[in-house]
Amino acid sequence: MKNVNKYGYFFIAPFWIIFLIFSIYPVALTFYYSFTNYTGSGVAEVVGLANYKRLFTDTYFVEAFFNTWKIWGINFILQIGLALILALIFSDMRMKLRGLAFFRSIFYLPNLITISSVALLFGILLDWQHGSLNMILLKIGLISEPINWLNEPTTAQLSVSLILTWMWFGHSFIVVMAGVSGISKDYYEAALIDGANRFQTFTKITLPLLKPILLYIMITSLIGGLQLFDLPMLITDGIGSPDGSLNTMVLYLYNQAFKYNNYGYASAVAYGLFVITLIFSAIVFKGMYGKERKQARQV
Amino acid sequence: MLGKTAVEKEVQFEEEVKDPNPGVLPQETKEKNKSKIIKSIIYIVLTLMAIICFIPFLMMLVNATRSNEAILSGFTLIPGTALMENYWTMMEYVNIWTGFKNSLIISVLVTVLSGYFSALTAYGFAFYTFKGKNFLFVFMLVMMMVPGQLGLIGFYELSKNLGILDTYIPLIVPTIASPFVVFFLRQYIQTTLHPSLIEAARIDGASEFKIFHTVAIPIMMPAVATMSIFTFIGSWNNYIMPLVILFSPEKYTLPVLMGFLKGSQVAQNLGSMYLGIAISVVPIMIAFLFLSKYIVNSISAGSVKE
Repeated sequence: MKNVNKYGYFFIAPFWIIFLIFSIYPVALTFYYSFTNYTGSGVAEVVGLANYKRLFTDTYFVEAFFNTWKIWGINFILQIGLALILALIFSDMRMKLRGLAFFRSIFYLPNLITISSVALLFGILLDWQHGSLNMILLKIGLISEPINWLNEPTTAQLSVSLILTWMWFGHSFIVVMAGVSGISKDYYEAALIDGANRFQTFTKITLPLLKPILLYIMITSLIGGLQLFDLPMLITDGIGSPDGSLNTMVLYLYNQAFKYNNYGYASAVAYGLFVITLIFSAIVFKGMYGKERKQARQV
Repeated sequence: MLGKTAVEKEVQFEEEVKDPNPGVLPQETKEKNKSKIIKSIIYIVLTLMAIICFIPFLMMLVNATRSNEAILSGFTLIPGTALMENYWTMMEYVNIWTGFKNSLIISVLVTVLSGYFSALTAYGFAFYTFKGKNFLFVFMLVMMMVPGQLGLIGFYELSKNLGILDTYIPLIVPTIASPFVVFFLRQYIQTTLHPSLIEAARIDGASEFKIFHTVAIPIMMPAVATMSIFTFIGSWNNYIMPLVILFSPEKYTLPVLMGFLKGSQVAQNLGSMYLGIAISVVPIMIAFLFLSKYIVNSISAGSVKE
């Protein structure tokens, strides 16, 4: 029989041609630019490590780093907390709740909407004087004077965090629920017979067995969170107002490159962001699996 | 008369239950009542959460029908009458349907191209042995971890040098190489398509590409459909790429047009703003109404299988 294996190359060729041109080459080119003072036109002059040195001392970048973390962190804690509580409630065998499909769909809905639309919508809903949110809160009597949501650094960051939670807790809930339904019912029955209460069942059975799923959520959310861009850009003026509190790392990258034409420096920002993502993904991995390996060795 | 019998029946029922073992059961009914209360509370909280999830959209829809002055003067859930007025004010400055059409063209092409070529690549990786295969596969997986922003500036420069800025080519063609989809489809086809089936087709004299099109593609279809949903949503919602690549307003995709809307004269009229946002949101909501079950299952499958 003739050798057909060479056909393998034909099958993967289109992918690799496009991949080399549109993925690998741009990444390499950006790497090269990060050592230059390229401004988008003219010649790129090699400046060595100057851009990276600037990166470490750039207070705006450092600020953007912490902003991104604050906004993502608050959102993640709320989002995963809500997802776990919901999963706990819906998977409780004794409770037998109904309407899982309905609630799951409703909770997931905000996730599908284009972030730009979400940003615009909340930009005007949260408006200080004319925003519907303040009007409702005033009407109910929860607040006595309008809150300037998007004009105070703290409330602006909190607002963006809460919007992210609103967008993503349904998604996390679905993923956690998928993990929970994958856990064998036998464990729960055994726990029931042994007289374990709900809290014990949750901490001793559900949580440990959900670890891979939680890791998956955390890593994907972290990578997505560090790339936060659309929402902070469109909800205020696009450069991180108020007071730079919504200046995230990718927003900073975008503005450096396409607003101020600092292509060289922006390339260094991109690589800084990449390294940060790698480091924190590794930490998450180690934090969740490192312990396990140690335990396994002890046993 | 009827009501009476119902009550009587209930009483009878309770007595029946109580009778055989009077010492234990009252407590059990108490527990039952307690769990019933807890259950009701949970349902109330869940309903509240559902309302919170939906209320921003409701505000949007209501405000889209109200005039600017009405919105400025206060909030109400009663729809106004300024819908058409808002619509024409918006259309005067921004044609949102163009954005719609552009987004649709791009997203459909992206979904088709990424689905077809990823299936092709996945098949190549799964059923042929050739030199460098493992290296290429691992290399692809590593590149999968690289965030899209890393190559953004290089990508812009490349597009500029190729003369394809302000066209749809940089938004469509690169999706021929979608590492994650390839990875997912390869996992899928390795477990669903047995090599003996391919052998049989070969003995029947089918060419390699014919085997791919007539044997592999139909088997891969469910996985391709799952991935297509995410590819489509991802492309539809993509903001930063078209923002960087496109300059002409008539070529803008919907997300970019939204940003444009914010900076335009329309922003002066809140009713028109709400309407513009609503038009960008409502079709997705309608699509979700029909596809929600499928989408939710896809997310579950995608995360558990890995």
